[in-house]
Parts: sequence; structure tokens; C-alpha cells
Amino acid sequence: MKQIRISINGTEYQVTEHSNLAAVLMDKAIANRRSVTGEPRMAVCGMGSCGECRVTINQQAHQLACLLQCCDGMEVDCEP
Amino acid sequence: MSLNVVIVGAGPAGLAAAWSASQSNANITLIDQAAQAGGQIWRGGQGYAPKRYRHLFGQQTTLHYRKQTHVLGASEQQLYLATPQGPQQLRYDRLILANGARELFLPFPGWTLPKVVGVGGLQALVKGSLPIAGKRVVIAGSGPLLIAVASQLKQRGAIIKAVVEQVPIAQLLRFGRSLVGNPTKMLQAAQFAQALANTPFYVNTWITAAEGEGEVQQVQLNNGQRIECDYLACSWGLIANTELAQQLGCRLEQNFVVVDRSQHTSRDQVYAVGELTGIGGEDKAVIEGQIAGFVATGNYQAASQLAQQQAQARQFSQQLAASFALRPELRQLAQANTIVCRCEDVTLAQLQSQPSWRSAKLQTRCGMGICQGRVCGGATQYLFGWSQDSVRFPIHSVSVADLVMESV
Amino acid sequence: MSSVIIVGGGIVGCAVALELTQAGWQVTLIERDCLGSGATAAGMGHIVVMDEGEAQLKLTLFGQQLWQALTADHPQPHEYHACGTLWVATDTEEWDLVAEKAAVYQQYQIACEILDAAALYAHEPALREGLVGGLLVPNDSVVYPPKSAVYLWQQAEKHGATLVYGEVTTIQTNYVQLNDGRQLSADAIVVANGQRCIDLLPELPIRAKRGQLVITERYPALIKHQLVELSYIKNAHASSGDSVAFNLQPRPNGQLLIGSSRQFDRTDRQIDQLLLSQMLRKAIDYVPALADVRCLRTWTGVRAASPDGLPLIGQHPERAGLWLNVGHEGLGITTALSSARLLADQMLQRQSQLEIQPYLPRSLQQEQPQ
Ligand SMILES: Cc1cc2nc3c(=O)[nH]c(=O)nc-3n(C[C@H](O)[C@H](O)[C@H](O)COP(=O)(O)OP(=O)(O)OC[C@H]3O[C@@H](n4cnc5c(N)ncnc54)[C@H](O)[C@@H]3O)c2cc1C
Ligand SMILES: Cc1cc2nc3c(=O)[nH]c(=O)nc-3n(C[C@H](O)[C@H](O)[C@H](O)COP(=O)(O)OP(=O)(O)OC[C@H]3O[C@@H](n4cnc5c(N)ncnc54)[C@H](O)[C@@H]3O)c2cc1C
Ligand code: FES
Repeated sequence: MKQIRISINGTEYQVTEHSNLAAVLMDKAIANRRSVTGEPRMAVCGMGSCGECRVTINQQAHQLACLLQCCDGMEVDCEP
Repeated sequence: MSLNVVIVGAGPAGLAAAWSASQSNANITLIDQAAQAGGQIWRGGQGYAPKRYRHLFGQQTTLHYRKQTHVLGASEQQLYLATPQGPQQLRYDRLILANGARELFLPFPGWTLPKVVGVGGLQALVKGSLPIAGKRVVIAGSGPLLIAVASQLKQRGAIIKAVVEQVPIAQLLRFGRSLVGNPTKMLQAAQFAQALANTPFYVNTWITAAEGEGEVQQVQLNNGQRIECDYLACSWGLIANTELAQQLGCRLEQNFVVVDRSQHTSRDQVYAVGELTGIGGEDKAVIEGQIAGFVATGNYQAASQLAQQQAQARQFSQQLAASFALRPELRQLAQANTIVCRCEDVTLAQLQSQPSWRSAKLQTRCGMGICQGRVCGGATQYLFGWSQDSVRFPIHSVSVADLVMESV
Repeated sequence: MSSVIIVGGGIVGCAVALELTQAGWQVTLIERDCLGSGATAAGMGHIVVMDEGEAQLKLTLFGQQLWQALTADHPQPHEYHACGTLWVATDTEEWDLVAEKAAVYQQYQIACEILDAAALYAHEPALREGLVGGLLVPNDSVVYPPKSAVYLWQQAEKHGATLVYGEVTTIQTNYVQLNDGRQLSADAIVVANGQRCIDLLPELPIRAKRGQLVITERYPALIKHQLVELSYIKNAHASSGDSVAFNLQPRPNGQLLIGSSRQFDRTDRQIDQLLLSQMLRKAIDYVPALADVRCLRTWTGVRAASPDGLPLIGQHPERAGLWLNVGHEGLGITTALSSARLLADQMLQRQSQLEIQPYLPRSLQQEQPQ
């Protein structure tokens, strides 16, 4: 399977092309977002209904990672 | 001009509807927000469907398949879509709704920790290449999904530490007996049983807390047991995605769309199939989908031949609902400071003083976040008996630009 | 001690309840849904001094002063946010309006600052290129109306007011009839149920003016002030037909509320896609980055519009013991506190801070909607 590069919070990672972005973040134990009281959160429903997997992609905030496949050069930012 | 048949949802129900509608010369459009057809269970393509259903994928070439397209709303004659090319409208003569279901999540201490996921949620992530081999997983909640997903994950090398089902054993056995006379279901049950031999399976048991630093590390059960794990997958059943049906004004009963034997809803030219009409699994979805596809294209003869299977599927659906009814103790899991609304971090204590769902929304912001009540609405309905209020356009959150239609 | 029934627990009913309990009346508030429902749950909550005529300016200014006093010690329950208003000028015609508007505000000692283009972009870099300037009105603010309504009610409740859930179906002399058959009586009755006042009193010259709003996810850095187009009054107050005007509000939590639109005589909840598209196209035109902003929900709300745009505050012209506080159109959050004060002044025969004449319920015949 083809490997591609994406950046997450400024660090480069090699991932399998077309792998689900929420799955990649969960595997690397990187929280997708901070809740409004500051808790770290990761994907829950995996199907676009809960919104917990939101991340910023290529400068666009609030994208649902669970509905997205990784593609080469993707820049992902999670709330610190 | 040929008839415009539009099908929303490319899961088993929608695919089956597309297949039977394509036996006519109708102009068929099949819409799904996901990148791949197959819905929750066959997501990933025809390889995931049982052999007897693979032909349903075949006809995708003969119809307009619109992937990564969200249906945002509907009026009497048209749908409002957000497509990868921007917003669009689509006219229909017949509309078949096959929006499927989502999981019911109930709040308990620690359920917001990272790596506490839905059961179907974990399944979807694993299909999306989350490495699960060697990972310790606890699967908890209620319903046949627990066992189905446990066996799938085990096949991929996960260490299933426990399957935790809240239903009492007598009820489960009664459900088992009801499968007699349903050979496919019997076979499936036997396969699961084999796959999960040696896997701890607790009945009459439920999660009371998830604990861990930064992510889940162990779970606590009501029997006092503590189990260490890397993932906790839990859900308490399924909730139909009725938003679009509601927006169209279709009649609902007990959170499902009411249909007649032709899968017709209370609205003219609008049909509903699959989980929307009652949780019943892929067989029910396929039969109902086929019937709607036939009826919508005037092929009543073919539809009527499926009547008996339809009745059987619906009966199974009712047995399922009765067998996996939730026990009242689950209402006590959430503590005062447990978050109920994850989008806005609203706690149980904040909600307890509210007189209604509407008031809770206005005063606490519960249900006002990105999930729009898809998660907390199911929970508060169970906890407080609050019924959901209006469904608003757009039924899926999209960008401002996606709401700007060229002409309407 | 006199008793009073207030019909409607929106922001206006709750404000009246507080005024009258504080004055020693025995208050019963009747609400059909939940407190802070109706237009109060649907509106933007912009506390804004609006200068379409002297009477409106005075009522909104007085309202703003009372809001400042109310929120001074406890801003949190109201989600009070002193973001100010920035009126944006797109061309020289609107630039002329900046000077006119500033002159009016200065006449009433309302703080304001004229911004040239450079200053405008320094304040709000997300605005599109090519704008000519603006007027900053720093004392305007934003509240979250449903919570404010409950806050006002809780103060009234402390003073002994009681809440009854139920829908008033008819108003008789000194008593009201509820839909469940109950009858409640009092010395005086105040009608403060927003646009639904015409269900109870069809003779009132009130028309529905429906609006649509969009709420987004949190984007805390995008804008700082409530941004309004300078032609807002012109666009918002056309006397017929549908219209849209640019109005963008930063919520204190970083969400954005996008308005605004107006449609006469519609009270249904179905979103009008065409009008929504027009409204959003306009918003994107002013703030291009909005195009990529994620929307969570859209909804409709109904304003209660009187023919001259001013609320009806005072005794019903033809019925003794029946008082009105309705017709606040798109400003009822701002004018809730001031109108409640003016109504209580009349009921208690107190001296008012404002000349009451322009707001008294006006002749009912000549102003029926066409
Ligand atoms: C999370 C989850 C996991 C499951 N796992 C299993 C399992 O392992 N084994 C099993 O036997 N059953 C499982 N089920 C049950 C199984 O999904 C159903 O029995 C079967 O898939 C029902 O088919 P359906 O066509 O009604 O719905 P679905 O398969 O859910 O298909 C609905 C489709 O509609 C699309 N859709 C919904 N709304 C819109 C919209 N507004 N715009 C565009 N597209 C839309 C969705 O993307 C989805 O593809 C699961 C269900 C869920 C919710
Ligand atoms: C889209 C929109 C944007 C707006 N933006 C702003 C703004 O930025 N700034 C501003 O100042 N104003 C704004 N407004 C105007 C403001 O929201 C209203 O003027 C104000 O909320 C009116 O309050 P009210 O209490 O008179 O009526 P409502 O808020 O409508 O309250 C009436 C209450 O009475 C109850 N009721 C109705 N009938 C009965 C009955 N028969 N029996 C018992 N109870 C009953 C209702 O349930 C409701 O709770 C806006 C309005 C809209 C629609
Ligand atoms: S995980 Fe629920 S929306 Fe993505």
C-alpha cells in the first residue's frame, strides 16, 4: 500500500494512503480537539454525527476527520 | 420523460432500492455522504457484503451515484445538496429515504475520555485502518452489534477482554429461541459464538465508569470488576436518522418513520426503508429497500412477492427491540458532574433543573453544538423523557458557501 | 396591594414582572412554552442604540443604560459582551451617512468614532477590500436573551412573583382564560406575548415580520465587533416585500451569528432558501472568509412590527384594566427594560424619564395592515 506524508501539529508522519484521518490520530494518541472546558477529545461515532473528531485541515477549522481520508501533503492541526 | 427516483443513503437498504428501481427505465440517483457505498455494515465496498447481496453493488454503473454528497434538506419536490462541487438542488418524482441509524450513547463517568468510542464507531475506524491487532478492547452496552463487532475485531487480532451486555440472561435466551426458524440469523449467531469462544461474555452487567490519565486505561463494571484496556467501545442500541423524514413532515412513531406495506410514508411519493422504519439489520434493510424500489417504479407485482419476507423481517425487528430494552439502572450511571452534552460540556446537574428539552437548550446550550442533539438528544430522551423538538435545515453542518444556492 | 397577570414570559414579560414586583404588586406570569421563548429565543440580542427617529433613539438609549446598570455587577448570567457596533460603509453615499449618524449620536452624547478605511481594516481585518470606512459605536453590546429573561424572572420570583405554565386563549375584564379551562383573575392584565398578541387582541396594529438567522461553529479570531451595513435601516425597514441586510455578530464564545432578513406576514418555521442564500451571499461579500465557516443551524423568528416601528406601551385604548407592552419589532431586547419601566410608570402613575406620548397605544383603526 502506498505511503504518503501528512503533517500533524507541525510534525511529519508517514501514513498509508486513504487511511481514515480520525483513525490515524487515534492510533497516534493525538487528541483531535479540546472541549469547551478543555478536555482532550477523540473520535467517537466514526460516522459524522457526533462532531468530536473536528480538526483544522489546511487552515480550515472544524473539519470532521472521521469523514476524511488522508492525502499527501495534508496539514492537520489539533487544538493544543 | 422518465421518472426521477432519488434514493438517500447507499447502505444495504438504499442499494437494494436502487437495484429494484433499476429493473425499470426510471432515472435513478443514489446519494451518500460517505466516500464509499455500503453504509455502516458494508462500508468499504462489495467485499464486505455477504455473497447473496453483492449483486446490489453491480448496478451502480447504470445509475447516478453521488458520493460525498450531503442531503441538507428537502421540500416537496426537491432536495438541497452539498456536493464536492458546491451546493445543488435536485428534483425528484419519487424519494426513497434510507438514511440508516446512529448509535445510542448513554453518559457515565469517564465516557468523554479519549479512546472511549462507539461500538460501530470503533468498527468504522478499524475499517479505516486503525491498527487493532494486539490491542485490549472492552465492548459494552447492549444489542447484537456488540457481538458482531467483537468477532470482527477478534479476527483482526484484537484482544477482546470482555463483552458486557446489560440484558439479563433469560431475556437473551428468549431472543435466541426466537431466531429458530430464521436460518441466516441462526447461522450468524453460531458463527459469532464460535468466533468468540474463550472471550469473556458478561450478561446482566454494565459499565459504571471509565478511568485513565489522558485516555481510557481501565473500566469498572457494576459487579465490582475492573478491567484494563486500550479501547472501550460502547453503545446502547441504535437510533434512526429520521431528520430528513421529519423535515419532510413524515409521521413518526416512537422515533421511527411510519410506513405501510409498500414502504410508503405519510407523505406522497416519499418512501422510507431500512433502519429508519425500525432497527432490524441488513436483511430487513434489503427487503424493504427492494420493495420500495419496485413500488416507486410501478412494479407492484414484484413488490408483492416480498410481502412474506417483509413480515418476517419486521417481526424480527420487534423482537430485537423487546429483547434489548434498556434497564432503568442505566439512568443512574451519570453523576452530577458527568458531562451529558459533549459539544458544550453540559453536566447532568445543569440539566436536572430544566423543565423541558427546549428550555435545556436555551438555558444550558445542551444540544446546540455541532451534533445538534444527535448524541445528547438520545441520552436526554432516555434520562429525562424529553422529546426532541424541531429539525432544522441544514441537517448536516456545512460551510456557509454550501448554503448559498445559485437559484431556487 | 394590587394584583396583575402578565401574559407572556419573553424578555418583555419578564422585565415587566420584575418592575411590578419591585413596586409591590402581586404578579402572576403566564407562559405557554418556557421562559425566554418566542422572539426572545430567536433574536440576536444586540443591545443597540438605533437612530431611526427621535422616539426610537431615546427608547433604545434608555434601554441600553438600564442594561448597563443591570449587567454591571453580574455580566455572566447574561453572557454580556461589550463588543460595540461597527457600521460599515461600502461607498461614498454610505460614507456620507457615517457623518450624519455621528452627528446624531454626538447630539445625544453617545460615544462614537468615525473610522477611515485604514482604521476600519485595523479594527476588522477580515472585511473585504474596497470599503470606505465606518462608524464605531463602542457602548453597544450583546446579551444572550433567553438567559437574561430567566435572570429577570428569578429576580421577580425572589420578590414573590409566581409563574403559571399555560396558554391564554381569551382576555376578559380582569380575568384570563387558559387553554386547559383554568381562569385566573387580577386587578390588571398586561399583554406582553410578542407577535402572538394579535391572537388575543386582533384589533392591534401588529404585523409579523419574519427573520432568518444562521449560527456557526466557534471562530474566535475572525471579527471583534458586531458588523452592520450602513444601509441597514433602509434595507431593514422597507415597508413591503422581502429584504436582507448584512448583520454579523461575534458571540462571546467565538460563534458567529449571521443575519438578517425580513419577510412580512409569515410566521411559519420553514426556511426560505432563496432569502437565506441572498442573506449569506451578502455576508460573504462583506467578510469573504465566512465562505468556509461551518454553520451549525438556521432558524426563523418572528418580530412583532407596528406601522411606525415603535412599540405600544400603555393602556389599551378601548379597554380599562388592560395594558400593553408589544410591538418591539427588531429591537425588543434593547427596549425590554426601558419599555417595562415606562409601562410600570403609567400603571403606578409615576413620573417617567421619557416623554411617553410616542409610545402610547395608538389609534387602532387607521393603522390596520393592508
Ligand atoms: C455504527 C453502526 C455499526 C453497525 N455495525 C453493524 C455490524 O457490524 N453488523 C450488522 O449486522 N449490523 C451493523 N449495523 C446495523 C446495520 O448498519 C444495518 O442493519 C444496515 O446497515 C441498515 O442499512 P440501512 O441501509 O438502513 O442504513 P446504513 O447502512 O446506515 O446506510 C445509511 C447510509 O445513508 C447515508 N446517509 C444518511 N443520511 C444522509 C444524508 N443526509 N445525506 C447523504 N447520505 C446520508 C449514510 O452515509 C449511510 O451510508 C451497524 C449500524 C450502525 C449505526
Ligand atoms: C431574527 C430576529 C433578530 C432580532 N435581533 C434583535 C437584536 O439584535 N436586538 C434586539 O434588541 N432585538 C432583536 N430582535 C427583537 C427581539 O427579539 C424581540 O423584539 C423581543 O424578543 C420581543 O420580546 P417579547 O417578550 O415581546 O416577545 P417574545 O419573545 O415573542 O415572547 C413572548 C412570550 O409569550 C409567550 N406566549 C405567546 N402567546 C402566549 C399565550 N397566549 N399565553 C401564554 N404565553 C404566550 C411565548 O411563548 C413567549 O415566551 C430580533 C428579533 C428577531 C426575530
Ligand atoms: S467521530 Fe463522530 S463525527 Fe467524526
